[in-house]
Amino acid sequence: MTTFTDGEWHRLHPLTPLLRGGITFVAIVGFLLYNIRDILIDMLFGGRGGEGEPLVWLYESEYFWLAVLALFVGLGLVIVGYYLAWRMNTFRITDEVVEVRSGILFRRNRKGRLDRIQGINIARPFFARLFGAARLEVNVAGQDANIKLDYLASSAADELRREILRLASGTRVAEAQARAEAEIQTDAAGAPIPRSAAVSQLIDQRVSELLAPELDPGLAPPESVVTMNVGRLIGSLLLSGFSVFVLLLVGGIAWGVAATGSYLFLIGVLPALIGTSSFYISRFTRSLRYSIAGTPDGVRIGFGLLSTSNETLPPGRIHSVQVTQPLLWRPAGWWEVKVNRASTSSAKGAAGQANTTILPVGNLDDVRKVLALVLPDLATPDSVSLLERGMLSPGGDDGFTNSPPRARWYLWFSRRRNGFAMLPGAVVLRQGVVWRQLTVVPQARMQSVAVSQGPVFRLLRLASLRVHTVAGPITPSLSAVDSTEAVRFFREVADAAILSSSTDTSHRWRSGEAAV
Amino acid sequence: MSEHLDLPEIAWRRVSPRYIVVDMVGGLIFGLFVVGAGSVVAYFTGLSWLWFVVAAIAVVFVVTLALTPRRVRAIGYQLRDDDVLFRRGILYQRFVAVPYGRMQLVDINRGPLARALGLSELKFVTAAAATGVVIPGLAEADAEELRDRLVALAESRRAGL
Repeated sequence: MTTFTDGEWHRLHPLTPLLRGGITFVAIVGFLLYNIRDILIDMLFGGRGGEGEPLVWLYESEYFWLAVLALFVGLGLVIVGYYLAWRMNTFRITDEVVEVRSGILFRRNRKGRLDRIQGINIARPFFARLFGAARLEVNVAGQDANIKLDYLASSAADELRREILRLASGTRVAEAQARAEAEIQTDAAGAPIPRSAAVSQLIDQRVSELLAPELDPGLAPPESVVTMNVGRLIGSLLLSGFSVFVLLLVGGIAWGVAATGSYLFLIGVLPALIGTSSFYISRFTRSLRYSIAGTPDGVRIGFGLLSTSNETLPPGRIHSVQVTQPLLWRPAGWWEVKVNRASTSSAKGAAGQANTTILPVGNLDDVRKVLALVLPDLATPDSVSLLERGMLSPGGDDGFTNSPPRARWYLWFSRRRNGFAMLPGAVVLRQGVVWRQLTVVPQARMQSVAVSQGPVFRLLRLASLRVHTVAGPITPSLSAVDSTEAVRFFREVADAAILSSSTDTSHRWRSGEAAV
Repeated sequence: MSEHLDLPEIAWRRVSPRYIVVDMVGGLIFGLFVVGAGSVVAYFTGLSWLWFVVAAIAVVFVVTLALTPRRVRAIGYQLRDDDVLFRRGILYQRFVAVPYGRMQLVDINRGPLARALGLSELKFVTAAAATGVVIPGLAEADAEELRDRLVALAESRRAGL
């Protein structure tokens, strides 16, 4: 058995060139075959079809054999190029870094520190899944800061992820060895696949991999803590803001047709129809097999039906969490949960947006479970009840410091729900009475805190708060807070941020256990 | 009954008064450029209402320039044990606290005029783009000393992101 984490250089899956260039290659071959078919028919039956076609013209010209030669040389070069690219693309994993070398003429070397890993994603595009391959992506903080290993054998990718997480977590060798002995035997990428293995066995394996995107039962409980209810998913899509937009559009077109009596308006319908249905379908298929589960090395979130992605976020990599409820979802009691992360994964999340939605839709119970996973420090009964009040309470005296009555000039409806609260280890901001919204920022992750006041707020003795986190869909801020309360918040949060970042060890999240 | 935000217990360190000159000259050049461009457009198009717009812009610039000394005096910073406090603004006030351990890098910038007056600008960068702490108008030696100290402090308090 080959382990990838021995600090030596390894190669990727031998099918990598095919998978990377796969679809274009198949398309070109298909095109050629289609055209050659005409020529073959010509040759066999002596007919004269397709006069103007370039290939036919070429076939009849005197340069034909030269062209064939050029084609084969070109094809050969491409194949050699892909082969060389695969040969030259090597990676290694040491105790400190993940390193990838690639490129034939322009060499590229990328190194990521293990204690800076923000997430590890295993993506399996449909085409690659057919071949039992997967793309492993190690995300470190920053834009375009992904270290991609595409492609690896599916099981090898799972094992590699486990090993990288183990190294990154800071647990020491004893535990690792105990685990290594319990490892399942796996085909490593680059290792020759045993020829003796029966074909049926291989097919069985592929089929089971295809049917169970939640691979690697050794690492996580096989079942997700939240199961996606199909009815709820469809309902949430139909009740989304996008649907309202579509309805308005349809109404507008219908009105246009009725008012003018001309069907000119219908011209725009077809592309719009294609666009909207592809939106719904992609969103639906992404979220249908949604799963979330806690592992010792972080939260694991899976998406996708045909092409799947499965990402592990180690502890302490979530920079803020936001629970929101659009107005239309309120009767059903559904919520959406988003996070801010320091890295951007190339794999898409629920709706083709950046991979920041960690619960596309769920009821209160689902939200509770997801929050317990992503904010394990806030799983105490006190904190949980405060968070739930933050989501559901109509406002008032409920543990949050809300905006004073004079803020109603600025916040007409939501004054009583517009407030903040401090929990051990986190800051909670609550906003909105129509679109309810609750933001939690772990103190150990906040970058800085600001309080500001403009002339209007000065007259009203109000101020705005802002907690700075890494960029993402969430901007944790609160406006129209009583100015003395705002200054108090500023002081407390500034102190708390220092305290929690000095005691934070989540960059080596299990280094504490290692001492045992 | 208006009431400014304040942290009364902090003894703020202020930036060099020479920075007023830098800020004013910069503002003046920009103002002259905008007003000049506006005037040219107004002159050649012959639209009389454009002159009112230009005049309004000019008034805004004059007021801004007149307030520059107060604005510069309102900039303050303080290095506490574990974080940097920063404030600026009179009409629009802003206070920021950045823990040392969160600093990713410290920039020193010098414009041509500031360099002639021996001033530097210190910029703190954290993982959040919105932090936006820039201390202008520091004496060059101070800025470099401050940078080295901040980098050392950040190193000793380094944590995960």
